[in-house]
Amino acid sequence: MHIAILGNGISGITAARFIRKMSDHQITVISAETDYFFSRTALMYIYMGHMRFTDTQPYEPWFWEKNRIALRRGWVERVDFSGKQLQFTEGEPLAYDKLIIATGSAPNKFGWPGQDLAGVRGLYSYQDLEYMEAHSDGLKRAVIVGGGLIGIEMAEMFHSRHIPVTFLVREQSYWDAVLPKEESEMVSRHIREHGFDLRLSTELSEIVDDGNGRACAVITNEGERIECGYVGLTAGVHPNIQFLKDGELEIGRGILVDEHLQTNLPDVYAIGDCVQLREPKPGRRPIEAVWYTGRMMGETVAHTLCGQPQAYDPGIWFNSAKFLDIEYQVYGDIPAALPDDTESLYWEHPDGRKSIRINYRKADGAVSGFNLMGVRYRHEVCDKWIAEATPIETVIQQLGLANFDPEFYREHEAAVVAAYNQQSGRNLQLKQKRSLSAALRFLRSKTAL
Amino acid sequence: MKYLQTIGLVLFVLALGIFTLMLGLDQYRLSSDTLAIDNDYHREAFLEAARAADALDKTYGSSFAFSGQFKSLLQDAQASLNERAEAGIPEGLGEWDYKLGDWKFTEYTLATIRQSAEGPVTSQPLLFLLLTIGLGSIGGLLYILPVFLKIPGIKNDRIFHSSLQRGLDLNWRTFFLGATILGILIYGFFYINNFFWPSVTAAIMGLIIWLVFSYENSRERTPARSAGPGYGLNTAWLGVIAGTYLILFYVLLYWAPEHITPWMRMSDPLSRALNGGEASQWFVYGLLYTVIVLVMGVKMIAKYRHNRYQIIRTISVMFFQTAIAFLLPEILVRLNQPYFDFKNIWPLNYTFFFDWNINNLINSGALGIFMFVWGVLLIIVAVPVFTYFYGKRWYCSWVCGCGGLAETMGDPYRHLSDKSLRAWKFERWIIHGVLVFAVVMTIAVLYTYFTGSQQILFMSSDTVRGWYGFMIGSAFAGVVGTGFYPLMGNRMWCRFGCPLAAYLGLVQRFKSRFRITTNGGQCISCGNCSTYCEMGIDVRHYAQRGQDVVRASCVGCGVCAAVCPRGVLRLENSDLDVDTRTEALRTIRISGGEVRIEM
Repeated sequence: MHIAILGNGISGITAARFIRKMSDHQITVISAETDYFFSRTALMYIYMGHMRFTDTQPYEPWFWEKNRIALRRGWVERVDFSGKQLQFTEGEPLAYDKLIIATGSAPNKFGWPGQDLAGVRGLYSYQDLEYMEAHSDGLKRAVIVGGGLIGIEMAEMFHSRHIPVTFLVREQSYWDAVLPKEESEMVSRHIREHGFDLRLSTELSEIVDDGNGRACAVITNEGERIECGYVGLTAGVHPNIQFLKDGELEIGRGILVDEHLQTNLPDVYAIGDCVQLREPKPGRRPIEAVWYTGRMMGETVAHTLCGQPQAYDPGIWFNSAKFLDIEYQVYGDIPAALPDDTESLYWEHPDGRKSIRINYRKADGAVSGFNLMGVRYRHEVCDKWIAEATPIETVIQQLGLANFDPEFYREHEAAVVAAYNQQSGRNLQLKQKRSLSAALRFLRSKTAL
Repeated sequence: MKYLQTIGLVLFVLALGIFTLMLGLDQYRLSSDTLAIDNDYHREAFLEAARAADALDKTYGSSFAFSGQFKSLLQDAQASLNERAEAGIPEGLGEWDYKLGDWKFTEYTLATIRQSAEGPVTSQPLLFLLLTIGLGSIGGLLYILPVFLKIPGIKNDRIFHSSLQRGLDLNWRTFFLGATILGILIYGFFYINNFFWPSVTAAIMGLIIWLVFSYENSRERTPARSAGPGYGLNTAWLGVIAGTYLILFYVLLYWAPEHITPWMRMSDPLSRALNGGEASQWFVYGLLYTVIVLVMGVKMIAKYRHNRYQIIRTISVMFFQTAIAFLLPEILVRLNQPYFDFKNIWPLNYTFFFDWNINNLINSGALGIFMFVWGVLLIIVAVPVFTYFYGKRWYCSWVCGCGGLAETMGDPYRHLSDKSLRAWKFERWIIHGVLVFAVVMTIAVLYTYFTGSQQILFMSSDTVRGWYGFMIGSAFAGVVGTGFYPLMGNRMWCRFGCPLAAYLGLVQRFKSRFRITTNGGQCISCGNCSTYCEMGIDVRHYAQRGQDVVRASCVGCGVCAAVCPRGVLRLENSDLDVDTRTEALRTIRISGGEVRIEM
């Protein structure tokens, strides 16, 4: 059986690796972007000079041949679903028995005047990075539009080259659609403390042409003109499925798939950012463009294709990011606006760059989510607490189990307990400090659900 | 802030310039008064030869001119003594009390050139000490201190854009390493004066290359991950200059100290204050080493001041280098006790079981005996016990001097280590090969110590230990180990050569509570951990599959955990679940039935 995988990102490559582990199927991975799989999330580090492009490739070049995963570099312009064939802009078509589509995302553009000028670009692909690099020499100022994760990365990238950045954010505070108020304000403060020109509640109206088809300035919704040589468009992404539209494949905002990640067509599967789940799990969105879900989908579809059909179950939500110098981890459900049935325990370090938030249900105290800024917590421990609906008072007395900060770091769990006591009028004590042995014992223990 | 850094840089470059150029400032006047030959027969023969050549009471412009002339006169003296010895050696004298052996050449040359110097350095040693080490430290600190004003956090910006730090591509690396090894082997032939050991060494190198490429199939695993940044000489010239400078420094230090006597001269005042005697080249080396570890330690602390593990660890290496490795032995000498570094462990300290060391220690009373027992206890108790509890990091990145230099001066080059699978295979053969060599050499030396017999099988224990000292102790540890910091990374010695690291590594790999744990599914495979692993461990390989890392080579510097942008890695100790959590296939998350994976 020949399995063709369209896209060599984390989803497609995870699928390929697991198919190879579980079977002897013939595998071909197709990419127009790069010869080898690289970590897309690491693009920023190449630009900043932390790593070379090769360092972002998790596997050595010989890995693919040794594992009999054929790689083809080429641009697929059409999929002949009935003839089971991929047609390329150049070269021979490729016949397949099963197809996995993993084409990822593309940056959003909202019809701004001038959005297609030279020097205006999003940041998603390796080519986007090369484009950014090619326009960086002598750049006097860059304007970044959109206050999400890629926006702040791009701002940090230019900053590392001492290129001044103006950061236009539509919201009242950075990423406040996702982060609770305190965390969002913390990041906004941190952005300004790094010297970025952060413009909150500001939108892009127009990008100005310098007369030669290049961007030379932007005009905001307040009418202000900001001179700049580069405009980064980072107002989110959408599934990269343009070439599949108007075909047999059923498409909504993304490629529609069932719980086995199968499309409406037989032998055609889709995974990763380009997917829209027909029936997402409760509390989850139908399109989740994050690294981790792509990886889980790749693993799931590999099982299905190798005779062990699996329903896609991403488990309890988790994610992470880094805002300049502040690391961010989230486990479970931390909505930006607190629902009525949920209580939130929030502690913030006096330095304003660390915080711990634990959400729990008012009714029974069951913890529902952890939000960490500048502090590291153990994924497995938080996951287990949430899965087992552990009461908040049990959790905070044992909170050291979750601490994953490096050795000798000051532990803040006692302060979290104190914050809880103040909020609830209780008088609890921290019973467990940071300890791998204790955490392992806790993880091994079978708690009745 | 920026001006301060510029001023600091200028001062440092100025100091480095003076430090280098001062080697040529003095002149050397050869006369019978300055001749430092304590053996009367040798002295007379030398003076005869010198008179014949009309070389006395002349001034030589450089150490090269002086030592060239001096050594040729020694050869003349040697020849005439040999000739006279044919006729018979005076009653009651040993052969080498009369004849002049080759091995005396360096000693006589060095001692005499020290006496014969005249010029600015000789008359103003303290001034030069201040203008070089003093000024350089001030410049370095001015450059470093403003970093404390920045917002804390990982600052690796533009490392791969820096000509000093970006490193070389594989071809140029291979060229520099190959040329250095070849040079060392050729020099080794003259050094040890036979073909046998250089040939054996070359044959073993060939064997290891064969083992890696053919026996372990590395040839098929091509192309390997690019070993060094893909840059040629033109963009990495500062790194090449720095590497070449360090290599030349070590060549002079080990094998031609007669050319660096101005550095000894300027260190004399300090040496006298500490141990009461003049500075040897080893005193100079210890002084430079300590100052560099201290100044660059401050840089390390500035860079990682948000990270208490790094701060405490750096203070630890600064303390052990300054107090235990540098000051304490000098003070012991002043107190008429044996020179002893209490933290240096065999087989890194390969002279520990040499006859002169054992004799020196056991003849030095209770303290000497304590030192000997202490040294043995470090080997058989401290290494296994501490490594069981904390991993080899307790030594390699907290105590050791080589590690201390690598973690301070070497920190800017940590990303240049080779992360390919092939490099790991080379590492295992080479470092364990050195361990075997060290053990065999020590057994031979002890055999001679107890039996008095030099010859064991086909080899002489004296030659074996001479070759070990030359090849491993000097060439590998110094010239390659440190000289290649800017070319191939800062742990070349620790990763490929150190026999103690090999021993600690075996304990760590097979019986230790230490591991690097990975945080569930949070890894994004970005590669920062692998890139900044100075030991060339592909940390990401483990992190992205949720597997705890237990590797013999990990020195526990903690930088992988520090540079991780997602909080995935942590250095930890626990005797629970070490084996199960390091299994290769801990998949991330699949629901249902058979393959339900525990997170």
